Amino acid sequence: MGAFPFSAIVGQEEMKRALLIAAVDARVGGVMIFGDRGTGKSTAARALAATLPPIPMVAGCRYNSHPDEAARSPDHVPDAKVRTVKAPVPFVDLPLGSTEDRVVGTLDLEAALTRGEKRFEPGLLARAHRGFLYIDEINLLEDHVVDLLLDVAASGENLVERDGLSVRHPARFVLIGSGNPEEGELRPQLLDRFGLSVEVRTPEAIDDRVEIMRRCDAAERDPAGFAEQWREEDAKVLKRIAKAKSALPKVEAPDAAIADMAELCRAVGADGLRGELTLLRACRALAALDGKKAVTRQHIRAIAPLALRHRLRRNVLDETGSTVRIERALGELFG
Amino acid sequence: MTAAGNDGGSDPALALALFACDPIRLGGIVLSGDGPVRDAMLAHLKTTLSGDRAWVRVPANVDIARLIGGLDFAATLASGRPVHAVGLIEAAADGILLLPMAERMAGEVAVPVAQALDEGQLAAILLDDGRDDEETVPDRLAERCAFICHVGGLREFGAAGWPAAIACDAVAPLADEQRRALAATAAALGVVSVRSAIFADRAARGHAALHGRREVDDDDLAAAVRLVLAPRATRLPESVPPPPESPPEPEAQQDAAGDSEQQPPTDADLADMMLDAATAAIPPDVLAAIGKGVRRHGRGAGGRAGQKRKSARRGRPLGSRAGTPGHGKRLALIDTLRAAAPWQTIRRRERAGQDDDRLQLRLSDLRIRRFEQRSTSLTIFAVDASGSSAMARLAEAKGAVELLLAEAYVKRSEVALIAFRQTAAELLLPPTRSLTRARRALAALPGGGGTPLAAGVLAAHGLAEQAERAGSTPLIAMLTDGKANVAYASGGDRSTAMEEAMAAAKQVADSGIASVVIDISPRPREEAAALAAAMGGRYLPLPHAGSAAMVAAIESL
Repeated sequence: MGAFPFSAIVGQEEMKRALLIAAVDARVGGVMIFGDRGTGKSTAARALAATLPPIPMVAGCRYNSHPDEAARSPDHVPDAKVRTVKAPVPFVDLPLGSTEDRVVGTLDLEAALTRGEKRFEPGLLARAHRGFLYIDEINLLEDHVVDLLLDVAASGENLVERDGLSVRHPARFVLIGSGNPEEGELRPQLLDRFGLSVEVRTPEAIDDRVEIMRRCDAAERDPAGFAEQWREEDAKVLKRIAKAKSALPKVEAPDAAIADMAELCRAVGADGLRGELTLLRACRALAALDGKKAVTRQHIRAIAPLALRHRLRRNVLDETGSTVRIERALGELFG
Repeated sequence: MTAAGNDGGSDPALALALFACDPIRLGGIVLSGDGPVRDAMLAHLKTTLSGDRAWVRVPANVDIARLIGGLDFAATLASGRPVHAVGLIEAAADGILLLPMAERMAGEVAVPVAQALDEGQLAAILLDDGRDDEETVPDRLAERCAFICHVGGLREFGAAGWPAAIACDAVAPLADEQRRALAATAAALGVVSVRSAIFADRAARGHAALHGRREVDDDDLAAAVRLVLAPRATRLPESVPPPPESPPEPEAQQDAAGDSEQQPPTDADLADMMLDAATAAIPPDVLAAIGKGVRRHGRGAGGRAGQKRKSARRGRPLGSRAGTPGHGKRLALIDTLRAAAPWQTIRRRERAGQDDDRLQLRLSDLRIRRFEQRSTSLTIFAVDASGSSAMARLAEAKGAVELLLAEAYVKRSEVALIAFRQTAAELLLPPTRSLTRARRALAALPGGGGTPLAAGVLAAHGLAEQAERAGSTPLIAMLTDGKANVAYASGGDRSTAMEEAMAAAKQVADSGIASVVIDISPRPREEAAALAAAMGGRYLPLPHAGSAAMVAAIESL
């Protein structure tokens, strides 16, 4: 079954925006998606990965190396000719039962047992390099695996020292976590490591639901035709991402905008500097996506809930959601 | 209305027939309730399924390795080359994966199955033998199955006489107003997942195909609602919200319209009809659950984060033992070599003539690492040190804590002490086994002031969660009379203080942390009992108990 076209996803604007921002600038950090089951969380992430154009890779490299960084791959044979192939952007679905071994990689037991060879078998981190790592129900994943993932996501490199192996390889990916808050809280430290967070809800509007049913049905009856029908829209999205990527270094953040961001973070009590930094990066990415040359209040307004809502100190008794608190602060500060 | 489209037997039989036509697209079917009828249904399905579809029965308590496959160690070692074992999910490709005792399924097993369902690799039949609400099929899987059927009470299932179906694809897609009616019905029943609406769409078309209709009619819609939406209802419909784009008619006109019979059926009529069908088809246990106001949760969904687990991968190393590595169990290389070493000469001789000077390993040599996770228990005393808890009671509480501490010292379990009075809760004693420290903290425990109960509960809860993540098992013991009068947020009055305390207590219940409320007021109060109920813990009125009785009560938990 092919992936659902990204532009054919009904509604869920906030989630789509966050994913686009992550695609434009992976440095904003991962995206955490909160929401009920059946709201299209994994569909959207998968769709975006499938929409992106194929990327160049070193043929036969188990670490998804870019030809320019071939030498950094443990599979690299010095002086050998590097052959380049085009491969789809990796999308790795991390199974919940995943162990540390499978995530970081481990001694290749097969090679060790049958050939007596000490060989490293790359894990899911290597497979996700330059792509997306999707973790459904991240709140059910074991803490130490989550820590490890976040650590690698932040450093961009996987360093393995185990089983007598010493391996390091680049591992840069967009981490996308999803979770249902009803099934267990996420630790604040962990949440803070995610750049953006979005809350997805089941579409309430009957019209939206009807549209979803219609599109799913169409996609199922005639996948090729359906993909064709949305190809143009998806191409537009692609173009927008590509343009934004090249424009990003030139997008300015005026002092006034930066002051606004600092003020906002202080007003809502978002802990730590990470919030401000992410807010800035995401605002610039959004401005780039919008084809603007500088960050404006309008961008801050749009990004603030995404970049900050998971960083507010939890006030368990205040039933007011973080989003409302941020909106309130935005209203007070910017009028 | 319930009888509509029911010409071939019971609703479960109908669901089964629909499922048999297009299992992969319908995801799966949950059959709950044991019995001969269910066995007959399965047998019938197996014979009805078209072509050579795989039919793989997963053993109960299957481990994830068996499910997703991997290296077959025994075969690999015997043959000296890698041999892969095919996982059950792979074996069931494009066919049926039958999961018995699905209500007891471990979360790590449910996830790969859910992923396989998402990717359309297979269809699942989940057999649910759960007897109470505590054990249900993991939500994650039930959500991905079109049908949920209760077959336990069924005496017979009339499978015979299903008309030969035309292909599902020969049925025209649902009209927009039909989809609108399905969506509105789902909304009215509180079925939020869009997946269910999509399944209802497919089921309606399947039903039409089953009856040889090329267009979906009202019967088909009603069947889809009964079979797909009704079992997932989370609320009872009051009335169907009018479809948004049809302008709301004035009351009087509507009454008039009700009399005229020539009026063509509107969207609202269609939705009303379907809602009737749905309401009649909501299974009794779902109705009961709705009535009690509880949402049915899939407890088997894999547990909470930070839940204590026996671990093969972390904790204090315990040495190794024989076993095959993989899926969380790590090879203890040195121990494996050590186990194999003595046999090398003999094994080489056995393989004589093969000129093989590699290390000769056998399956029995493999050793895996074992870890012991420190599993301690932590009793968190949250003591109400306010003026309303008389000072004498406080002394008793102190005595109890001290006695428990002495006990804990022997059992190597830990104790923590939180006091709440005036405006806040204070952690007087972080988790410790130290008697001296505990005594000192207790001696310094001040009394008097208001009762910030919510603050106390929250502090205890926070500490308990922390302990749980660190791998120990917490128990919260609240010593209070349950009368909150200081609000958590400044400025709140007595009633908000009480509300907040209850909200905080609910969180404890939600997190599933064990708790006990010891009512230390001279005369037992309903407040404390209510608090215990909200925390999901036990209530112990101890009107005249001394510290020894209190200790005995906690020990008995």
